[in-house]
Amino acid sequence: MGKVKAAIIGSGNIGTDLMYKMLRSDVLELTTLIGIDPESDGLRRAKELGIGTSADGIDAIVKNPEIADIVFDATSAKTHVRHAKVLRELGKIAVDLTPAARGPFVSPAIQSDISLDVDNVNMITCGGQATIPIVYAINEVADVRYAEIVATISSKSAGPGTRANIDEFTITTKRGLEIVGGADRGKALIILNPAEPPILMRDTVYCEVKQMDEEKIRQAITDMVETVRQYVPGYRLKQEPMFEENKVTVFLEVEGAGDYFPAYAGNLDIMTAAALRVGENYAVRLKEGKYETQQ
Amino acid sequence: MKRNSDKLIKITEVCLRDGSHAIAHQFTEEHVRSVSRALDQAGMHYIEVSHGDGLGGSTLQYGRSLTDEMKLIEAAVEECKQATVAVLLIPGIGTVDELKQAKNLGAGLVRVATHVTEADVSAQHISLARELGMESLGFLMMAHSAPVEKLVEQAKLMESYGAEAVYITDSAGALLPDQVRERVRALRQSLDIEIGFHAHNNLSLAVANTLVAIEEGATRIDGSVRCLGAGAGNAQTEVLVSVLDRMGVNVGIDIYKMMDLAEDIVAPILHRPQEINKGSLVLGYAGVYSSFLLHAERAGKRFGIDPRDILIELGRRKAVGGQEDMILDVAAELAGSR
Repeated sequence: MGKVKAAIIGSGNIGTDLMYKMLRSDVLELTTLIGIDPESDGLRRAKELGIGTSADGIDAIVKNPEIADIVFDATSAKTHVRHAKVLRELGKIAVDLTPAARGPFVSPAIQSDISLDVDNVNMITCGGQATIPIVYAINEVADVRYAEIVATISSKSAGPGTRANIDEFTITTKRGLEIVGGADRGKALIILNPAEPPILMRDTVYCEVKQMDEEKIRQAITDMVETVRQYVPGYRLKQEPMFEENKVTVFLEVEGAGDYFPAYAGNLDIMTAAALRVGENYAVRLKEGKYETQQ
Repeated sequence: MKRNSDKLIKITEVCLRDGSHAIAHQFTEEHVRSVSRALDQAGMHYIEVSHGDGLGGSTLQYGRSLTDEMKLIEAAVEECKQATVAVLLIPGIGTVDELKQAKNLGAGLVRVATHVTEADVSAQHISLARELGMESLGFLMMAHSAPVEKLVEQAKLMESYGAEAVYITDSAGALLPDQVRERVRALRQSLDIEIGFHAHNNLSLAVANTLVAIEEGATRIDGSVRCLGAGAGNAQTEVLVSVLDRMGVNVGIDIYKMMDLAEDIVAPILHRPQEINKGSLVLGYAGVYSSFLLHAERAGKRFGIDPRDILIELGRRKAVGGQEDMILDVAAELAGSR
């Protein structure tokens, strides 16, 4: 069986890093990297790699809908709102890496299988991808009353979009902790650290639980770290989880794969890696669907 | 006193915000009412009220507020007849939602604080505050940790977002008098807006540094009564206004009333005297964010290590303000390596 065709819209940092990751996929075939600036570094690199390119934005898919069944959108929230409508009309599945949140929030470590009826999913935030799986795992065994996360990233890895609207990060991540993580109440903090050489992304997760069971919680955390490591190999516990009364503290560190971003930018890496995994899960579903109809 | 500015000096009393760190965020509504009332009667210009880490800072990371900060802001506003109630907002911790709430309760001024190299995260909040009709100021924290040119570049960004003043915020209490002079001078030569200075007394230089800043042209000045602020506290307000008076600078604040409220109202709130102990001295010496002090002392006790070792290691790793989670992490690591 062949691979499922995919395209990426947005040839900036995120789109380009995602491109490198997708080249290694067993189930997705990247046909086209789509940008709006023919001179962009991303499009230039795609050409060198022999991948199709277009500088026509979403029109590239409107004109040639056969280039992709799954479209990854790495543009901006504002642009994705428009794209979401177009892609739905074309019957494409959209994996949204912007903060637009047209579709439901998704973490591939938690929702490994999404119904094909859901044709647009949102990747939340980098801090959300790093921490929500842990909150979910703890919530499964201990019922999380309150989850608070602190994402610390190197200044160099925070792009102008994040900086111009940092509230979007804290508010979206908080919602993700509640909706996907299952915490009754969430709170997210983000800190930029300018140290040189740049620091790796670090995330601290605090959970207040209703049913404290150290053994079960420790196991749930260990298992979840393994699950995330399947698609983010540089994801790890920085310290053994700490327990104090009804509070669990988990220290995480995310080292990027160094595809397009340097290794310190684990925050960007975990976004593209998670999006790819979500797309791959869709691809597996799509292939099963095709297989069934052929029967 | 010779000053490089002819503008009035405006004092902001920060004990009800910065002091929150020193008492583990345990302010009651009665504390805030009595302190605000007395400060207002003494003629204080601005009184800052928020969680120590600004709006939205009541967290496991920094410590939970005993009383909802919005209740405290409301109480302060009710007590003030002439003083303006100010709030602190650190983008990444608090959001525009909390800012609007504070404004609706009567806060008239906000200081939007970022690490000294990260001013661009404040654009949204500084300009929104202006739109809301608040005084909107920038607060560049850990100002000792960046070269002067960087500080100037970042201050100009805040000015471009609409800030009416930019503070040189010596969060670690690490700046030496010459460094304060150099920084205020550089800002004065590059900005059209007012310059502020916020000191910490970790090296016993808070009042001296503040005087240097005023001489060079700073006009927005912070102090905390009885040094009720993070680390060893800030420029001690009742001392600062007394010294200014001796130097012929009248800021319109009643010195006797300040002394009285320091002794009778603020002193009883303190959990321990705000002296320069070995912990706070190390903050200034190693250039570490002042609010780390109590957290490092607790982590030191928990892991059986000297809090100074934790603080110095945090300085070495260039932890910035807000990274309290690194304290436990570093403490566990240091303990594990012994």
